[in-house]
Amino acid sequence: MPTIVVEVMPKAELLDPQGKAVTGALSRMGRQGYHEVRIGKRFELTVDHVDDAVLAEVKELADDVFSNSVIEDVVSITVLDNTVSA
Amino acid sequence: MRIGVVTFPGSLDDRDAQRAVRLAGGEPVALWHGSHDLDGVEAIILPGGFSYGDYLRAGAIASLSPIMTEVVDAANKGMPVLGICNGFQMLAEARLIPGAHTRNAHQQFIRRDQRLRVENAATDWTTGFTQGQEITIPLKNADGRFIADDETIKRIEGEGQVAFRYVGVNPNGSFDDIAGVSNERGNVVGLMPHPEHATEPGFGPDTPAAMSSGVDGLTFFTSVIQKALVK
Repeated sequence: MPTIVVEVMPKAELLDPQGKAVTGALSRMGRQGYHEVRIGKRFELTVDHVDDAVLAEVKELADDVFSNSVIEDVVSITVLDNTVSA
Repeated sequence: MRIGVVTFPGSLDDRDAQRAVRLAGGEPVALWHGSHDLDGVEAIILPGGFSYGDYLRAGAIASLSPIMTEVVDAANKGMPVLGICNGFQMLAEARLIPGAHTRNAHQQFIRRDQRLRVENAATDWTTGFTQGQEITIPLKNADGRFIADDETIKRIEGEGQVAFRYVGVNPNGSFDDIAGVSNERGNVVGLMPHPEHATEPGFGPDTPAAMSSGVDGLTFFTSVIQKALVK
Protein backbone atom coordinates (compact mmCIF):
# COMPACT_ATOMS: atom_id res chain seq x y z
CA MET A 1 0.00 0.00 0.00
CA PRO A 2 1.27 3.48 -0.81
CA THR A 3 2.29 5.94 1.89
CA ILE A 4 1.68 9.66 1.75
CA VAL A 5 4.21 11.72 3.70
CA VAL A 6 3.28 15.12 5.10
CA GLU A 7 6.03 17.29 6.57
CA VAL A 8 5.29 20.20 8.87
CA MET A 9 7.78 22.75 10.20
CA PRO A 10 7.47 25.56 12.73
CA LYS A 11 7.30 28.89 10.89
CA ALA A 12 10.77 30.18 10.07
CA GLU A 13 10.29 33.46 11.91
CA LEU A 14 9.23 31.75 15.15
CA LEU A 15 11.47 30.62 17.96
CA ASP A 16 11.77 26.82 17.88
CA PRO A 17 12.71 26.08 21.51
CA GLN A 18 13.24 22.35 20.85
CA GLY A 19 15.62 23.05 18.00
CA LYS A 20 17.40 25.69 20.04
CA ALA A 21 17.95 23.19 22.88
CA VAL A 22 19.43 20.66 20.44
CA THR A 23 21.63 23.35 18.87
CA GLY A 24 22.95 24.09 22.35
CA ALA A 25 23.60 20.40 23.02
CA LEU A 26 25.60 19.99 19.79
CA SER A 27 27.71 22.96 20.73
CA ARG A 28 28.33 21.55 24.22
CA MET A 29 29.37 18.24 22.61
CA GLY A 30 32.05 20.17 20.78
CA ARG A 31 30.43 19.65 17.36
CA GLN A 32 31.31 22.70 15.33
CA GLY A 33 29.51 24.36 12.45
CA TYR A 34 25.88 23.62 13.29
CA HIS A 35 24.43 27.12 13.39
CA GLU A 36 20.83 26.13 13.76
CA VAL A 37 18.73 23.01 14.23
CA ARG A 38 15.00 23.20 13.62
CA ILE A 39 12.67 20.35 14.51
CA GLY A 40 9.53 19.58 12.56
CA LYS A 41 7.02 16.78 12.21
CA ARG A 42 6.61 14.01 9.65
CA PHE A 43 3.27 12.25 9.19
CA GLU A 44 3.14 8.95 7.27
CA LEU A 45 -0.32 8.04 6.04
CA THR A 46 -0.81 4.53 4.71
CA VAL A 47 -3.66 4.51 2.21
CA ASP A 48 -5.33 2.04 -0.15
CA HIS A 49 -4.48 4.04 -3.24
CA VAL A 50 -3.45 7.52 -4.31
CA ASP A 51 -5.38 9.67 -6.75
CA ASP A 52 -6.17 13.37 -7.10
CA ALA A 53 -9.13 13.14 -4.72
CA VAL A 54 -7.06 11.45 -1.99
CA LEU A 55 -4.26 13.99 -2.42
CA ALA A 56 -6.75 16.86 -2.24
CA GLU A 57 -8.15 15.45 0.98
CA VAL A 58 -4.67 14.97 2.46
CA LYS A 59 -3.85 18.58 1.55
CA GLU A 60 -6.96 19.69 3.42
CA LEU A 61 -6.09 17.53 6.46
CA ALA A 62 -2.50 18.78 6.39
CA ASP A 63 -3.74 22.37 6.56
CA ASP A 64 -6.54 21.84 9.09
CA VAL A 65 -5.38 19.01 11.37
CA PHE A 66 -1.70 18.09 10.99
CA SER A 67 -0.60 21.74 11.17
CA ASN A 68 -1.75 24.97 12.78
CA SER A 69 -1.23 27.76 10.26
CA VAL A 70 -0.63 30.29 13.04
CA ILE A 71 2.60 28.58 14.06
CA GLU A 72 3.46 26.02 11.38
CA ASP A 73 3.83 25.53 7.63
CA VAL A 74 3.13 22.40 5.62
CA VAL A 75 6.41 22.15 3.71
CA SER A 76 5.77 19.05 1.61
CA ILE A 77 3.31 16.34 0.69
CA THR A 78 4.91 13.43 -1.13
CA VAL A 79 3.93 9.91 -2.10
CA LEU A 80 6.21 6.99 -1.29
CA ASP A 81 5.82 4.14 -3.73
CA ASN A 82 6.17 0.97 -1.65
CA THR A 83 5.21 -1.40 -4.43
CA VAL A 84 8.77 -1.95 -5.64
CA SER A 85 10.39 -2.25 -2.22
CA ALA A 86 12.05 -5.56 -1.49
CA MET B 1 -27.27 28.91 36.45
CA ARG B 2 -26.29 25.55 34.96
CA ILE B 3 -22.66 25.65 33.80
CA GLY B 4 -21.22 22.70 31.88
CA VAL B 5 -17.65 21.50 32.42
CA VAL B 6 -16.39 19.26 29.63
CA THR B 7 -14.20 16.30 30.57
CA PHE B 8 -11.73 15.17 27.90
CA PRO B 9 -9.31 12.21 28.08
CA GLY B 10 -6.48 13.75 30.10
CA SER B 11 -8.44 16.59 31.69
CA LEU B 12 -7.13 17.26 35.20
CA ASP B 13 -8.99 20.27 36.55
CA ASP B 14 -12.55 19.42 35.54
CA ARG B 15 -13.56 18.60 39.13
CA ASP B 16 -11.94 21.77 40.47
CA ALA B 17 -13.82 23.79 37.83
CA GLN B 18 -17.09 22.12 38.89
CA ARG B 19 -16.29 22.94 42.50
CA ALA B 20 -15.56 26.58 41.59
CA VAL B 21 -18.95 26.83 39.86
CA ARG B 22 -20.63 25.46 43.00
CA LEU B 23 -18.72 27.87 45.28
CA ALA B 24 -19.84 30.74 43.07
CA GLY B 25 -23.47 29.71 43.47
CA GLY B 26 -23.95 27.94 40.14
CA GLU B 27 -24.92 24.39 39.31
CA PRO B 28 -22.05 22.47 37.66
CA VAL B 29 -23.00 19.99 34.94
CA ALA B 30 -20.49 17.34 33.85
CA LEU B 31 -20.27 17.10 30.05
CA TRP B 32 -18.44 14.40 28.08
CA HIS B 33 -16.11 14.96 25.11
CA GLY B 34 -17.52 12.06 23.10
CA SER B 35 -21.11 13.25 23.26
CA HIS B 36 -22.97 15.82 21.15
CA ASP B 37 -25.21 16.73 24.10
CA LEU B 38 -24.76 20.04 25.95
CA ASP B 39 -27.54 19.03 28.38
CA GLY B 40 -29.18 22.45 28.22
CA VAL B 41 -26.35 24.32 29.97
CA GLU B 42 -26.17 28.12 29.81
CA ALA B 43 -22.37 28.41 29.88
CA ILE B 44 -19.42 26.08 29.23
CA ILE B 45 -15.98 25.64 30.76
CA LEU B 46 -13.17 23.81 28.96
CA PRO B 47 -10.90 22.82 31.86
CA GLY B 48 -7.16 22.47 32.22
CA GLY B 49 -5.11 19.32 31.91
CA PHE B 50 -3.18 17.50 29.23
CA SER B 51 -5.86 16.16 26.92
CA TYR B 52 -4.52 13.40 24.67
CA GLY B 53 -1.12 13.89 26.30
CA ASP B 54 -0.63 17.11 24.32
CA TYR B 55 -0.09 14.87 21.26
CA LEU B 56 -0.01 16.62 17.86
CA ARG B 57 -0.30 20.09 19.51
CA ALA B 58 -1.65 21.00 22.94
CA GLY B 59 -5.45 21.01 22.75
CA ALA B 60 -5.50 20.07 19.06
CA ILE B 61 -7.04 16.60 19.25
CA ALA B 62 -9.54 17.65 21.94
CA SER B 63 -10.62 20.55 19.72
CA LEU B 64 -11.75 17.93 17.16
CA SER B 65 -13.93 16.09 19.73
CA PRO B 66 -17.61 15.45 18.97
CA ILE B 67 -18.81 17.87 21.68
CA MET B 68 -16.66 20.68 20.27
CA THR B 69 -19.02 20.93 17.27
CA GLU B 70 -21.75 21.94 19.74
CA VAL B 71 -19.39 24.13 21.81
CA VAL B 72 -18.31 26.09 18.71
CA ASP B 73 -21.91 26.44 17.56
CA ALA B 74 -23.09 27.64 21.00
CA ALA B 75 -20.12 30.02 21.32
CA ASN B 76 -20.89 31.56 17.94
CA LYS B 77 -24.48 32.09 19.09
CA GLY B 78 -23.25 33.96 22.17
CA MET B 79 -23.08 31.35 24.95
CA PRO B 80 -20.36 32.19 27.50
CA VAL B 81 -17.39 29.84 27.13
CA LEU B 82 -14.30 29.88 29.36
CA GLY B 83 -11.14 27.99 28.37
CA ILE B 84 -8.59 27.51 31.12
CA CYS B 85 -5.02 26.47 30.26
CA ASN B 86 -5.54 23.36 28.10
CA GLY B 87 -9.04 24.75 27.46
CA PHE B 88 -7.44 28.00 26.24
CA GLN B 89 -5.32 25.94 23.85
CA MET B 90 -8.48 24.15 22.62
CA LEU B 91 -10.23 27.49 21.97
CA ALA B 92 -7.25 28.61 19.88
CA GLU B 93 -7.13 25.30 17.98
CA ALA B 94 -10.89 25.55 17.36
CA ARG B 95 -10.32 29.12 16.07
CA LEU B 96 -12.83 30.53 18.56
CA ILE B 97 -10.15 32.97 19.67
CA PRO B 98 -7.15 34.34 17.75
CA GLY B 99 -3.55 33.16 18.15
CA ALA B 100 -1.91 29.90 19.14
CA HIS B 101 0.32 28.42 21.84
CA THR B 102 3.83 27.01 21.72
CA ARG B 103 6.21 25.55 24.27
CA ASN B 104 7.27 28.01 27.00
CA ALA B 105 10.21 30.05 25.75
CA HIS B 106 12.43 28.68 28.56
CA GLN B 107 11.34 25.10 27.71
CA GLN B 108 10.35 24.21 31.26
CA PHE B 109 7.05 23.49 32.93
CA ILE B 110 6.25 26.33 35.30
CA ARG B 111 3.99 26.58 38.33
CA ARG B 112 3.67 29.81 40.27
CA ASP B 113 1.11 32.14 41.82
CA GLN B 114 0.86 34.68 39.01
CA ARG B 115 -0.11 38.32 39.13
CA LEU B 116 -2.36 39.45 36.28
CA ARG B 117 -3.95 42.71 35.23
CA VAL B 118 -7.56 42.63 34.06
CA GLU B 119 -7.37 44.44 30.72
CA ASN B 120 -11.00 44.00 29.78
CA ALA B 121 -13.62 43.95 32.54
CA ALA B 122 -16.47 43.84 30.03
CA THR B 123 -16.31 40.19 28.89
CA ASP B 124 -18.92 37.71 30.12
CA TRP B 125 -16.37 36.25 32.56
CA THR B 126 -14.80 39.48 33.90
CA THR B 127 -17.63 41.93 34.68
CA GLY B 128 -17.09 41.47 38.43
CA PHE B 129 -13.58 42.91 38.13
CA THR B 130 -12.71 46.56 37.67
CA GLN B 131 -10.76 47.64 34.59
CA GLY B 132 -7.04 47.46 35.37
CA GLN B 133 -7.55 45.47 38.60
CA GLU B 134 -4.60 43.28 39.59
CA ILE B 135 -5.35 39.75 40.70
CA THR B 136 -3.28 36.70 41.66
CA ILE B 137 -4.18 33.17 40.58
CA PRO B 138 -2.08 30.03 40.05
CA LEU B 139 -0.36 29.34 36.73
CA LYS B 140 0.95 25.91 35.69
CA ASN B 141 1.76 25.04 32.12
CA ALA B 142 4.30 23.77 29.63
CA ASP B 143 2.86 25.08 26.36
CA GLY B 144 1.74 28.49 27.55
CA ARG B 145 3.46 30.85 25.18
CA PHE B 146 0.69 32.81 23.45
CA ILE B 147 1.69 33.94 19.98
CA ALA B 148 0.06 35.48 16.93
CA ASP B 149 1.24 37.41 13.88
CA ASP B 150 1.87 41.17 14.21
CA GLU B 151 -1.36 42.09 12.46
CA THR B 152 -3.44 39.92 14.81
CA ILE B 153 -1.67 41.25 17.91
CA LYS B 154 -2.32 44.81 16.72
CA ARG B 155 -5.97 44.01 16.09
CA ILE B 156 -6.70 42.29 19.42
CA GLU B 157 -4.83 44.99 21.35
CA GLY B 158 -6.87 47.63 19.54
CA GLU B 159 -10.22 45.87 19.91
CA GLY B 160 -9.85 45.17 23.64
CA GLN B 161 -9.59 41.43 23.07
CA VAL B 162 -6.60 41.15 25.39
CA ALA B 163 -8.47 40.21 28.56
CA PHE B 164 -5.52 39.58 30.90
CA ARG B 165 -1.86 40.50 30.95
CA TYR B 166 0.97 39.08 33.08
CA VAL B 167 2.28 41.54 35.65
CA GLY B 168 5.77 41.47 37.16
CA VAL B 169 6.98 38.37 35.35
CA ASN B 170 6.20 37.06 31.88
CA PRO B 171 6.32 33.37 32.83
CA ASN B 172 6.36 31.78 29.37
CA GLY B 173 7.42 34.31 26.74
CA SER B 174 3.88 35.18 25.60
CA PHE B 175 3.75 38.05 23.11
CA ASP B 176 2.92 41.42 24.73
CA ASP B 177 2.69 39.63 28.14
CA ILE B 178 -0.72 38.36 27.05
CA ALA B 179 -2.20 35.92 29.59
CA GLY B 180 -5.75 35.72 28.26
CA VAL B 181 -7.82 36.80 25.26
CA SER B 182 -11.45 36.95 24.25
CA ASN B 183 -13.36 36.73 20.99
CA GLU B 184 -14.77 39.92 19.46
CA ARG B 185 -18.12 39.50 21.17
CA GLY B 186 -16.58 38.94 24.62
CA ASN B 187 -18.51 35.75 25.41
CA VAL B 188 -15.54 33.44 24.76
CA VAL B 189 -12.54 33.94 27.05
CA GLY B 190 -9.37 31.86 27.29
CA LEU B 191 -6.47 32.24 29.69
CA MET B 192 -3.43 30.26 30.76
CA PRO B 193 -3.62 30.73 34.57
CA HIS B 194 -6.19 28.83 36.64
CA PRO B 195 -9.00 30.85 38.29
CA GLU B 196 -10.64 27.64 39.59
CA HIS B 197 -7.65 27.08 41.90
CA ALA B 198 -8.25 30.39 43.69
CA THR B 199 -11.86 30.13 44.79
CA GLU B 200 -11.82 28.91 48.39
CA PRO B 201 -10.01 30.36 51.43
CA GLY B 202 -7.30 27.96 52.58
CA PHE B 203 -6.67 26.55 49.09
CA GLY B 204 -5.68 29.60 47.05
CA PRO B 205 -2.52 31.70 46.58
CA ASP B 206 -0.99 33.46 49.58
CA THR B 207 -2.11 37.04 50.18
CA PRO B 208 -0.69 39.73 52.48
CA ALA B 209 -3.63 38.95 54.80
CA ALA B 210 -3.12 35.21 55.24
CA MET B 211 -1.53 32.13 53.75
CA SER B 212 -3.50 30.42 50.93
CA SER B 213 -6.37 32.87 51.34
CA GLY B 214 -6.51 34.17 47.74
CA VAL B 215 -9.90 33.81 46.07
CA ASP B 216 -9.46 36.17 43.10
CA GLY B 217 -10.52 33.38 40.74
CA LEU B 218 -14.04 33.20 42.14
CA THR B 219 -14.97 36.43 40.33
CA PHE B 220 -14.74 34.69 36.93
CA PHE B 221 -17.58 32.40 37.91
CA THR B 222 -19.69 34.93 39.83
CA SER B 223 -19.34 37.33 36.85
CA VAL B 224 -20.93 34.93 34.37
CA ILE B 225 -23.68 33.98 36.85
CA GLN B 226 -24.43 37.62 37.67
CA LYS B 227 -24.56 38.53 33.99
CA ALA B 228 -27.07 35.74 33.33
CA LEU B 229 -29.28 37.01 36.18
CA VAL B 230 -29.28 40.54 34.79
CA LYS B 231 -30.39 39.35 31.31
